[in-house]
Amino acid sequence: MLAVVGLLVFGLASKGSSRLQSGDTAPTASLPALEGDSRGSLVDYKGRWVLVNFWASWCLPCRAEAPALEEFQRRHGKSSFTVVGIDTQDLTDDAQAFVERYGLSYPQLRDGNGDTADEYGTTGVPENFLVDPAGKVRLVAPGPVDEEYLQKEVAPLLPGGGT
Amino acid sequence: MIRLLALIATALLVLAPAAAAEQPASLTEIEKQVMCPVCGTLLQLAESPQAQRERVFINRLIAEGKDEEQVKDALVAEYGDEVLALPPGSGFSLSAYVVPIVAFLIAVAALTVGVLRWRRGGSGGAGPRAAAGPSGEDADRLDADLARYDL
Repeated sequence: MLAVVGLLVFGLASKGSSRLQSGDTAPTASLPALEGDSRGSLVDYKGRWVLVNFWASWCLPCRAEAPALEEFQRRHGKSSFTVVGIDTQDLTDDAQAFVERYGLSYPQLRDGNGDTADEYGTTGVPENFLVDPAGKVRLVAPGPVDEEYLQKEVAPLLPGGGT
Repeated sequence: MIRLLALIATALLVLAPAAAAEQPASLTEIEKQVMCPVCGTLLQLAESPQAQRERVFINRLIAEGKDEEQVKDALVAEYGDEVLALPPGSGFSLSAYVVPIVAFLIAVAALTVGVLRWRRGGSGGAGPRAAAGPSGEDADRLDADLARYDL
């Protein structure tokens, strides 16, 4: 009986995560890269600002925000900042086609089973988390972001105002 | 007769999965065995965009000649074990099969011990005691009454 109750508690505890808030430490799980055999993690970008973008190729709003993210990366992506895409609960081929279609140049990781999205407490895609150089979440944007949001909310936090 | 039936049942259990494995994979059958990870329901019941892509993926693998197990393996490679409606019989997922069996065995053992104690108690005097005979005046009166009816 105790074992059954324990299993229920474990199941609820492991599934009932809430969305990360500003000030929380961002998870640093290692994930496979969308292309190739390498792996990646937020640890690789320690000391940089990172906009973590959860997306999937089947998600229509993700298609809408992808060009804005790419434009922002081209304008601000340097040694102090990068966008990192995390493709979640998606098919590899579909995701790779998505990256090619929108010409996304920023790093892409794969979260096939959605565990990392769960760790961030996402409730869908897309969702964006701005993580500071110390690994703390500074901004949370549930839903798609656009150029206006990125310029008004994200850019001012970057070194030199992101210029 | 019972042995014969048991033999037939065993043969069916052994042969049925083998026969199923030889059948060509079908989307309809696979949909009943895998989940739509985003919806949290069987793929058979899901209509989300992710579910539609999953069906396209399955159909593509079937068209390539993959059998049911190969299709499910490919789905696991994409989405993880969670995509299987029935968890695999290894690792932590094994508990999904082991826990009910262990719970059943514990229940049977507890029931057996309880029944044995109850039966032992009934014959050994630990349980409800047999009624003691009357004593004193009651015994005398009982003897007198019985004597009156002694035919």
